Amino acid sequence: MTVAVIGASMTKFGERDAWIQELIAQAGEAALDDAGIEPADVEHLYVSNMSSGEFQGQTGIMNALAHDLGVMPAYSERVDQTSSSGGAGIYEAWQSIASGASDMTLLVGGEKMTHLSTAESTDIIASITHPAEYKHGLTLPSFAGLTARHYLERFDAPRDSLAKVAVKNHKNGVDNPHAQFRKEIDEETALESPLVADPLRLYDFCPITDGSAGLVFTTEERAKEITDDYAVISGIAGATDTHVVHERDDPTVMGGVVDSSDMAYEMADLGPEDIDVAELHDMFTILEFLQMEGCGFAEQGEAWKQVEDGRTEMDGELPVNTSGGLKSKGHPLGASGVAQGYEIYKQLVGEAGSRQVEADTALACNVGGFGNCVITTIMEAR
Amino acid sequence: MSFDAHICENGHASYPGHTLCPDCGAKQTETIDLADLTGEVVTWTHSTKTPPGVRAPNTLAIVEFDIAEAITDIAPDAEEPDTFVRAIGQVTTDDVETGDAVEPVYVEELRDPDVGIKEPASQEWDGYRFDPV
Repeated sequence: MTVAVIGASMTKFGERDAWIQELIAQAGEAALDDAGIEPADVEHLYVSNMSSGEFQGQTGIMNALAHDLGVMPAYSERVDQTSSSGGAGIYEAWQSIASGASDMTLLVGGEKMTHLSTAESTDIIASITHPAEYKHGLTLPSFAGLTARHYLERFDAPRDSLAKVAVKNHKNGVDNPHAQFRKEIDEETALESPLVADPLRLYDFCPITDGSAGLVFTTEERAKEITDDYAVISGIAGATDTHVVHERDDPTVMGGVVDSSDMAYEMADLGPEDIDVAELHDMFTILEFLQMEGCGFAEQGEAWKQVEDGRTEMDGELPVNTSGGLKSKGHPLGASGVAQGYEIYKQLVGEAGSRQVEADTALACNVGGFGNCVITTIMEAR
Repeated sequence: MSFDAHICENGHASYPGHTLCPDCGAKQTETIDLADLTGEVVTWTHSTKTPPGVRAPNTLAIVEFDIAEAITDIAPDAEEPDTFVRAIGQVTTDDVETGDAVEPVYVEELRDPDVGIKEPASQEWDGYRFDPV
């Protein structure tokens, strides 16, 4: 059964006064409005969220949202796959429709983070690591520093090429009214920003963010009855790599990206050359290189050349992160994958405003942990 | 304390160990103590934005240990035994480069277990830092 997306929402990303229950309610209500459906139409409700218990002390938020939106007795479930919880939510929602278990599914992703200190948030996120890593104080940013150094040294890539990713994504974020940072930066600013995990500096990292996003899924048959403008999920797959990051055969290859994108392409009967626009999980600038290579947009060790050549700019052959990416848009963990879905859906139905590019086929790659779990989604316009 | 790489009957090595070998699914029945070996730095970083209870800066490295000889003794019948195993950990100094030779040095407490998110009793907190030779 072909699964369609008929509505999407995204709340303002950044430092928000709202707590998790209000954040997800805002995105849920807005997604229902965008799809033009009633709460009573919803048969399955998924809430993508990594750590509302650890961040805020509130659990069971799928039930809270079901009640706040009045979608009872819809089946409800919280989806946690760390940073790829949003993508995993898309996968769950797709399964619910494709299997026939649900005719109308609402997915909302959200996270409330900014009330804690950077050190506390970093520790919550670092708790995903193996105990043998955690006891040494390994953090996700430190994995990025270790990987970036290896990539730059092995492939003789210039340090400036990573700054170009930050500059590009900040430039794209200016046109996104929901983005946390809507301000252009230059390479010099990125290269002279404070050291976080060398060779990476502050502007190589996404910020800590509050926010939420939503998507509405149904069958293609029902979508045709509701709207002329919808997209279909033509390919979707998830894959898992090692928990212990240094045990991977090649530190510059994210196996979950390679495997999930391979399977998504196969399902869609498409290849990387067919993708018109992509949202990649640029939690760190180096990840945009690794995903461009893992998704087949570039040969191993050569993604940086495409960024330098401008291929991934808004007016390039393959615009990457038209939303501004996690880098400028922000990264409210459970919301990010759903917000990627929001961006590619809006691009495909022609509602991306000043960020609009010409696109019939779009890909989103949502990375959990440091490539530990990955979901790749391919959507096509109808 | 030892710094054990775990080995299965097919000569696959991992640090840390796992319930079943990630490569072939066999039990990991043998160990090689990396504390006795010298390794080579594959990559490193100075982590400055560290979580509660972790030193700052926290210099970290991925280190590769040559185990070709040791594994031949342990798994003589293995068709394609691993020749190296990698480990990750803190470095004793901030002055380290890719390719440096390092030796493991035992430390009783790598970070303060009482101030992080994890339950202190849930895991060990001692281990080995890498000291440039």
